[in-house]
Amino acid sequence: MSKTWNVLLAGFGGQGVLFSGKLIAYAGLLDGKEVSWLPSYGPEMRGGTCNCSLVVSDDPIGSPLVVTPDVLVAMNLPSLDKFVDSVVPGGTIIVDSSMIEKKVERDDVTVYYIEAGKLARENEIEGCDNIILVGKMFKELGFCTEESLFKAVDKCVPARKTAMIEVNKNALKIGINA
Amino acid sequence: MSEKVLMKGNEALAEAALSAGCRHFFGYPITPQTEISAYLAKRMPKVGGVFLQAESEVSAINMVLGAAATGHRAMTSSSSPGISLKSEGVSYIAGSDLPALIINVQRGGPGLGGIQPSQSDYWQATKALGHGDFQLYVLAPSTIQEMVDFVPLAFEVGEKYRVPSMILSDGMLGQMMEPVTLPDSDSATASDKPWAVTGHKNQRQRNIANSLYISTTELERLNIERFQRYDEMKKHEQRAESYLTEDADVTVVAFGASSRVVRSAVNAARAQGIKAGMIRPITLWPFPVDAIQKTIETTKEYLCVEMNMGQMVDDVRLAVEGKRRVCFYGRTGGVIPTPAEVLEQIKTLAGKEA
Repeated sequence: MSKTWNVLLAGFGGQGVLFSGKLIAYAGLLDGKEVSWLPSYGPEMRGGTCNCSLVVSDDPIGSPLVVTPDVLVAMNLPSLDKFVDSVVPGGTIIVDSSMIEKKVERDDVTVYYIEAGKLARENEIEGCDNIILVGKMFKELGFCTEESLFKAVDKCVPARKTAMIEVNKNALKIGINA
Repeated sequence: MSEKVLMKGNEALAEAALSAGCRHFFGYPITPQTEISAYLAKRMPKVGGVFLQAESEVSAINMVLGAAATGHRAMTSSSSPGISLKSEGVSYIAGSDLPALIINVQRGGPGLGGIQPSQSDYWQATKALGHGDFQLYVLAPSTIQEMVDFVPLAFEVGEKYRVPSMILSDGMLGQMMEPVTLPDSDSATASDKPWAVTGHKNQRQRNIANSLYISTTELERLNIERFQRYDEMKKHEQRAESYLTEDADVTVVAFGASSRVVRSAVNAARAQGIKAGMIRPITLWPFPVDAIQKTIETTKEYLCVEMNMGQMVDDVRLAVEGKRRVCFYGRTGGVIPTPAEVLEQIKTLAGKEA
């Protein structure tokens, strides 16, 4: 059966929203899926709220803009507040609970709370909260193959930052085991 | 062919310009187009080309005129307000019968408008990007792959008819990433340019790139000759994609980013048993009149969907020649319509028919 993942990643500019989106998109590409990645752009990049629409599908993708996500990854409170009601019933919300104290009040969605920031600090990979969240999302939803997910890190980390490849893979593992 | 990579539309288009043999880029930054400039600033010097950030859009387009006059593949890119600034230069390029490539990554207008995606420069691109009697060859990509594939096409067709070409993109296509296969180098066929201003070395008549003609009869003759070329383009260069139109009761017409939304809506309508289809103009000029006229007999209602207040709908109505009603649905100001909104429109039109 054909499957489409409509994912919305949202947080502050600088939290790595766009990078984690690119990682998921590349994993989908390596699995031979149709993928699209659409960022919010403009002033958001400079520290405001930032979000990224992601579609991973077996079928050609029409609109790349995710209006009603199957999966919301919320990395700060304003993003959770803004998008919580747009998630489809039966959908999934992943909350970085080291950034967001509030609990989701809906009972028709599955919510996973993960202290990504705390886990990153404990493992001395601060700033990799976003990748830990992708690892968690993979563990709970299995939107791609594990091989492609890790291979996507090799593709997404720029050549001048190769030292970050292992750090990011470590972050994925932490998210998967959390 | 190389493997598929994930790239932003703007960057993929810039890479395609290099493989199409473009070695002269003149630009000025503006959101949401800036990645084209930034990418070429890095890459152009490495392939022995010229990247120049001019002091203004006006300056950049006149540099394009100069480079194009010497027979080189020259290009500039901007977004809506910047394109308006370039309009004088574009008219001079057209008046000088020079091929050149202009990229418009549209944002909301008028004025400074906004920075979110829009299609509100359709009229400007297809009717009057500058003063005088002239047309551009206008391509409207709807995928990142088309952002790439249309670059060599724009150069080749522009050179064949000696007209400036435009790729009319938008902020969505420019900013989004999608898997894309990049072309091998030399993707565009080079053409002879006997008109190029390259120095005659006392071996031929001198060439002049010029758009000033004081003699009324000479200017009229030149304009008539140019419109004969436009007629040839109308005959041979129309492009459109027809999607599920053979049995469609409701035929939706949409280009570029909005055609992606419409495709989702058409699929959803089909899933509900509504016979919907889509014509996607790929060339906005010459407008694909033939593809639309083929559907008049079988179509009951036309719907034109655009990210503006209704611009292409005029051309659809002209093509339909009053034989069917042509309705319009649009969002503007940077708002992207949703498939659900378009589906509602399709359902309403289909319901009225039933």
